[in-house]
Amino acid sequence: MLSRVAESLYWMARFIERAENSARLINVNANLLLDLPRGISPGWEPLTVLTGSDDLFASRYEEYSERNVVRFLLGDLNNPSSVLVCLSQARENARTVRDILPREVWEQINDLYLFAKDELSKGLSKRNRYDYLKSIILHAQQITGLLAGTMNHDCGYDFVRIGRNLERADMTTRIVDVRSASLLPDQPELTPFENIQWMSVLHSLSAYQMYRRHMQVRVRRTDVLTFLLQNTQFPRAFLHCLDAVENCLHNLPRSDAPLRVVASDKRFVKEARVAALQQSALHEFIDELQLGLGNLHTQIANTYFLADLSTAAESQRSSA
Amino acid sequence: MTIQWKDYEAQPFFDELVHPSGRARTAARLLCRHLSSLSDADLTEHRSAAELAIRLMGITFTVYNEEEGSIDRNWPFDIIPRVIGKKEWDGIEAGLKQRVSALNLFIDDIYHDQRIVDDGVFPREILDSSSNFREQCRFVSPPLGIWAHICGSDLVRDSDGSIYVLEDNLRVPSGVSYMLENRLVMKRIFPELFDDAAILPVDDYPSQLFDTLASISPRPADYPEVVVLTPGIYNSAYFEHAYLAQQMGAELVEGRDLVVGDDDCVYMRTIEGLARVDVIYRRIDDLFLDPTVFNSDSVLGVPGLLRAWQRGTVAMANAPGAGVADDKVVYTFVPDMIRYYLDEDPILPNVPTFLCMDDQQREHVLANLGKMVVKPANESGGYGMLIGPKSTRKQRERFARLIAKNPRNYIAQPALDLSTVPTLVDDHVEARHVDLRPFILSGQEIHTTTGGLTRVALRKGSLVVNSSQGGGSKDTWIIDTEGN
Repeated sequence: MLSRVAESLYWMARFIERAENSARLINVNANLLLDLPRGISPGWEPLTVLTGSDDLFASRYEEYSERNVVRFLLGDLNNPSSVLVCLSQARENARTVRDILPREVWEQINDLYLFAKDELSKGLSKRNRYDYLKSIILHAQQITGLLAGTMNHDCGYDFVRIGRNLERADMTTRIVDVRSASLLPDQPELTPFENIQWMSVLHSLSAYQMYRRHMQVRVRRTDVLTFLLQNTQFPRAFLHCLDAVENCLHNLPRSDAPLRVVASDKRFVKEARVAALQQSALHEFIDELQLGLGNLHTQIANTYFLADLSTAAESQRSSA
Repeated sequence: MTIQWKDYEAQPFFDELVHPSGRARTAARLLCRHLSSLSDADLTEHRSAAELAIRLMGITFTVYNEEEGSIDRNWPFDIIPRVIGKKEWDGIEAGLKQRVSALNLFIDDIYHDQRIVDDGVFPREILDSSSNFREQCRFVSPPLGIWAHICGSDLVRDSDGSIYVLEDNLRVPSGVSYMLENRLVMKRIFPELFDDAAILPVDDYPSQLFDTLASISPRPADYPEVVVLTPGIYNSAYFEHAYLAQQMGAELVEGRDLVVGDDDCVYMRTIEGLARVDVIYRRIDDLFLDPTVFNSDSVLGVPGLLRAWQRGTVAMANAPGAGVADDKVVYTFVPDMIRYYLDEDPILPNVPTFLCMDDQQREHVLANLGKMVVKPANESGGYGMLIGPKSTRKQRERFARLIAKNPRNYIAQPALDLSTVPTLVDDHVEARHVDLRPFILSGQEIHTTTGGLTRVALRKGSLVVNSSQGGGSKDTWIIDTEGN
């Protein structure tokens, strides 16, 4: 398989996943704000921090109003991680590998982009926003399902899954990081609201039900952290995502180097005593996790996307 | 109202299916009988079935549009096929093979000793002013001495019934995928006809193309790595590039997928690492192939590619520089080339052509612009032409100026009365003009397609068959009437 094709599939999957995650975030944040008393509400600012685009936001908007932040995250063409830009990137990547993708997948991606673009005004209006975001999430899920059900489960599909899982793992760490940082000061009378916030963390990852089933305890910080970072069964848990990437890498040629990185990332998260981490330690821990994801991406890109002449002699030898 | 052949009016043109008497020509008899047995509802149904098939099969051509980026348009297709009897086709096929053999000998000669020039058969001044002659190809000897591995020659039939060669496309001729897909569509909508009539199959082309490409591999012992090099998704023929790659089981690559090593070999970047490439079926024009030699700002090409080809570590089809014979001025000399290299008489005639670079011929052209078709020597796709009989005085004046300014760049041909084929227009059939583009493959052996791509000018009276300008296509049936 051509490196370019592998890379396009990888980014296509990442961008679809990113768009879906952003849609979830906005929905959950809107929901959360309805429940919190005005004085302690974190408002919309955390979302720009979470998507790593706070500086860009600050340079383009005056205040962190709901209207501004939602527009920025959904439809701002100058924001490289807005839903619309992600979907357009997913579409451009898919377009160049159309002959590899099942036709329905391409059509759905095209459709999803056109829907997000044409109906953007609904997403910006408070009343229709929920339906708009829900459509985007369902559409994205449908694409994931179509890929699973109609595409050959060959190398190409492995790159799709690697892209999707790295993006998921990344988003899970961001949500945990920002949400716990913006969590409330340690005051006993605020405890009910703290639980609401941790519930919203679970909701942003569609993890609430699965958490309840699996942990069978009420929502508590330590349990939520353990579940989201170390669970191997919940598909959006950090460790689960790494497991998925590892499985895919086993199917690919020349995967020794990236496999070593996954193994070390996995060891790091498994051995951590997550429950004991206090706020600042948690933040540092998550920084480490993100660094690990970054290394993994770099290693995968170096191995598969950037074949250069230095490997020519090597591949000559191996084919001789 | 079903099709009434007696009401069908093609005169004064030669019709491919219907004799002037209103009776079907021999090879088309079964088809015409079948068509007139269809009710209006049947016809409409067949037509929508064809449209649906085209949409489902994703047969498209790309039109670039500022607003939306590139748009895939469904391929315009008419369900009434064009029919040629096998006996006539055999003669055409022999003529095409003869022609391509001579063209390849000519190109090889031009890049080596230029005997044809020294012997006074081909004027040096034409060579000197050729924009498709590539100095970098001088004294390169591609495998088997073949330069034009894939040739698409455009044939037309005049009102007297004889077939002429209108031009030979030796650079990156396109359309063959539509020929293949048209046949698939027709099999879906007229299965009963394929049972009864002896319609010769066309679907061998992709394997013949692969064999042709494999036969020029620089490493004949190994299974050759063949790739199709495309300019990318915004090219109007991208569908065809992807289609042919898929059919041949070859990788579809862009310039950035390839890299030339210090060993002057060409490699493609794959997830397995770099993989050596043996044969490149390139669908990129010469000037974009290698930014270190030609257009330095080209991002479509591969730095060092020409060097690799010159050293023979990689084969390219068509070879760089093959376009020197794809020039409408050079075209006029093809009959002479056939006599010179093969010592044979040309089987297929050229359309009589006037060279504007010749003073006398130019006078004649300028005096008769209203009856002529004037073409630039190096354009393709039907661009930059003057169709005399349909032109305004203003257009004729403009062309007179263009010719005076650069006579080498123009040729003129009498406006031919292209033959017609019945074509479905709303609920009845009308005559529409057609041409035919067969494809000729030259490797160890020469193969021609069975028939080729019939292009049809869908606008009434129009002679322009290019898909970019309102043309469509039809399936082409070579029918073996002897066997029946």
